Amino acid sequence: MQFLTLVAVLALMSAAVYRMGRGRAQALAVTGVHRLHSLPSYYGYYVALWCGLPAVLLIAGWLSCEPYILRALVVGALPPEAKALPAARLSLLMNEVRQLAASGDFRFSSSPIATAAAEQYRVLRANSFGAMAVIALSLAIVGGFYGMRSISPKLRARNRVEAAVKVFLVASSTLAIFTTIGIVLSLLFESLLFFDKIPLTQFLFGLDWSPQTAMRADQVGASGSFGAVPLFTGTLLISVIAMLVAVPIGLLSAIYMAEYANPRFRSVAKPLLEMLAGIPTVVYGFFAVLAVAPFLRNLGQSIGIPIASESALATGLVMGVMIIPFISSLSDDVISAVPDSLRHGAYGLGATRSETIRQVVIPAALPGIIGGILLAVSRAIGETMIVVMAAGLSAHLTANPFASVTTVTVQIVSLLVGDQEFDSPKTLSAFALGLVLFLVTLALNVVALHVVRKYREKYD
Amino acid sequence: MSTTSDAYLRQDADAAAGMAKITAGDVNVHYGDKHALKGINLAIRANEVTALIGPSGCGKSTFLRCINRMNDLIEGARVTGLITLDRQDIYDRELDVVQLRARVGMVFQKPNPFPKSIYDNVAYGPRLHGLAHSTADLEEIVVTSLERAGLYDEVKDRLDEPGTGLSGGQQQRLCIARAIAVSPEVILMDEPCSALDPIATAKVEELIDELRENFTIVIVTHSMQQAARVSQRTAFFHLGELVEVGDTEQIFTNPQHKLTQGYITGRFG
Repeated sequence: MQFLTLVAVLALMSAAVYRMGRGRAQALAVTGVHRLHSLPSYYGYYVALWCGLPAVLLIAGWLSCEPYILRALVVGALPPEAKALPAARLSLLMNEVRQLAASGDFRFSSSPIATAAAEQYRVLRANSFGAMAVIALSLAIVGGFYGMRSISPKLRARNRVEAAVKVFLVASSTLAIFTTIGIVLSLLFESLLFFDKIPLTQFLFGLDWSPQTAMRADQVGASGSFGAVPLFTGTLLISVIAMLVAVPIGLLSAIYMAEYANPRFRSVAKPLLEMLAGIPTVVYGFFAVLAVAPFLRNLGQSIGIPIASESALATGLVMGVMIIPFISSLSDDVISAVPDSLRHGAYGLGATRSETIRQVVIPAALPGIIGGILLAVSRAIGETMIVVMAAGLSAHLTANPFASVTTVTVQIVSLLVGDQEFDSPKTLSAFALGLVLFLVTLALNVVALHVVRKYREKYD
Repeated sequence: MSTTSDAYLRQDADAAAGMAKITAGDVNVHYGDKHALKGINLAIRANEVTALIGPSGCGKSTFLRCINRMNDLIEGARVTGLITLDRQDIYDRELDVVQLRARVGMVFQKPNPFPKSIYDNVAYGPRLHGLAHSTADLEEIVVTSLERAGLYDEVKDRLDEPGTGLSGGQQQRLCIARAIAVSPEVILMDEPCSALDPIATAKVEELIDELRENFTIVIVTHSMQQAARVSQRTAFFHLGELVEVGDTEQIFTNPQHKLTQGYITGRFG
C-alpha cells in the first residue's frame, strides 16, 4: 500500500513536471528570438523523464538488494547459539523470521530468538522503506530541477526523448531474451547434476528406462536405469503418426482454401478450421481417451488385431488433428504469397488449374511449406497434455503403432508430479529430458525459420 | 444477336479477303459495374505485328486478354461479342480454353519465369501438351526455342541453373522462348519491355521483328516509338473504345482522328 502511494506520488510529480516543462518551452517560444529545436511537448517529456526515471531506477535497485542486506543485518544480530546453527537450519529460521515479520503476529513464534529477530526485521524494513522513499523523492525533485534548468531553445529534447524510447524498447526485448537464457541455464545446471550421477552415454543410448530408485539402503526396489532411447522412439512414433495425419489433410485443405474456394466460403471455413487450434489440448486428451482409443480397440478386436487402449495410433491421430490448423494456416499463407504472375504464366501456356498448382505454385511455395511442417513437428514433439492423458506410462521400445508407448513429455510430467527430492537422479532426469526436448525443438525452429526466411527473400 | 452479326459484317476488307487471323466483332467487356471495353471491332492480320496503343486504362490490355481468354481468371469479368481465331469462335462453349492458350501464347509485362531451371522453364509447355516424344525431341525444342528467342548463346552453359537468376532482359527473352516452345500461332505481348532497360528493350524489339515471320503478334505498348519501330498495324484505344486502326505508318504520319493525333504528338496520355 505504502509502495503504491510512493509510485503514485512519483507519477504525479512526473506529470506535473511535464506540464511545467512544456509551459516553460512555450514561454520561451513566445518571448525568445531563437526558434525552439523541438515541439514544446518534447521538452515536457524530457523533464518528466529526468524526474521519473532516476527515481524508478533507484527503487528497482533498492528493492532487489534489500532482502540480502536485511538478512545479513538480522543474522549478524542473532545470539551466538543461533549463529552457530548449520546453514540449512539457519535458513529455516530466517524463513520463519521473515514470515513472522510479514504477518506481524508473533503468537506462533517457535522461540524467543525468532521473535526478537522478527521484531528487528520489521523495524529495519520500515526504516529501509522510509529511507528509500525519501531518497527517491528527493532524486525526483533534483532531476526535475535539473531538467527544467536545462531547457533552452538549443536543447535537442526531441532527439533525447527518442533515445530514451529506444533504450526502453531495447530493455523490453532483452528481458525476453534473458528469460530464455535463464530457462536454458536452469535446465543446463540441473542436467549437469544428473549427468554427474548417470553417464551421458547411458542416458542417450541406454535401451531401458525405469527411473524408480530405492530411497533407503534396506529398501527392496529398482535401482533405476536411465536409458532414454525408448522415450525418444515413443515420441518419434507418435509424432510421425501425427504428421502422417496432419500434413496431407492440412496441405490439401490449404490448397483448396488458397486456390479453389471462393471468398465467401473461405471467410467462413478458414476461421472454423483455425478454431481447431483454439481447442484446449486437454479437451483433445478427453477425445483421445474416451472416443478414439476405445473405438480403435474395438475395431482391432473385430478384425483380430490387438490394439492397446493407450495405443500410439490413437494418440497420434488426435494429435494430428490438433496440428492440422498449424499446417493449413501456414501453408495457406505461403501459397497465397506466390505471385499471381507465375499462375498467369502457367495458364497462359495452357496449363489447367491443378497442373498449375502441382507444377508451379507448390514448388514455388515448397520452402515455406516445409518451414511450416518443421514448426508443426516441433509442436508435436513438445505436446504434453494429449500424450499425458492418452499415451502409456511404461517405456517400451517398439515401432508398433498398436502398442502403448510413452514419450519424453509424459515422463517429465510423471517424474515431477507430487513431492520430490531434488537430489535423486530420478527427479533430475526430468531436467535432462527437458534439455534434450528443448535442444531438439530449438534446432527444428531455427531450421524452419531459416527456410522460411530464405523463401521470403525470393519474392520480395 | 443481330448486333454481333452486323458488327461481323462491318469488318474491314482484310477480313473479307480472309487475311485476318483474329477478328473481334462488337466486343464488350465489363468488370463488375465498369464497362471496360465498348463495342470493339478489329481484325488482326497473320504474320504481322499489331500494336495496341492508348493512355493507361484505355482497355488495350483488356482486349489483349480477351484473345486468349485470360479474362476468365478475373472475378466478375464478363465478355460479350464475337472473337474468332481462324474463323472459329473462341468463346464457343465447345472450345477448350487449354487448347486455345496453346495456340495463343502470352508474354507478360513483368518477366515471370517459374522458379525452375532455364531448361525446365522452356520445357514446361511442351511437356504439358505432350509435344515431345523423347528426351532428344524435347531437348531440340528447348534449344530451338532458346535460339529463336536469341538467348541460347548466353545460357547454353547453364541450362540447369534457375531461370530466376537471369537478368531482367534475359528473363523476358526466356519467357518469350517459353511461349514459342509450344509452337503457338499467335503471341500476345503485354508491355513486354516496360520492366527492361533500353539495351534489353532493343534486343526484345529485334526479336519481335524476327518472330513476325512465323507468328502473328499483338503487342500492347506505352511507348509510341516502340509501336512505330516494331509494328505494321497500329490500333489506338481511348476510354474503352477503339478510336482508329490502320497501317502504322499512316497512324503516325497521317492520323485521321483528332484524339489519335493528340496522343501520338504527346498532347495527352
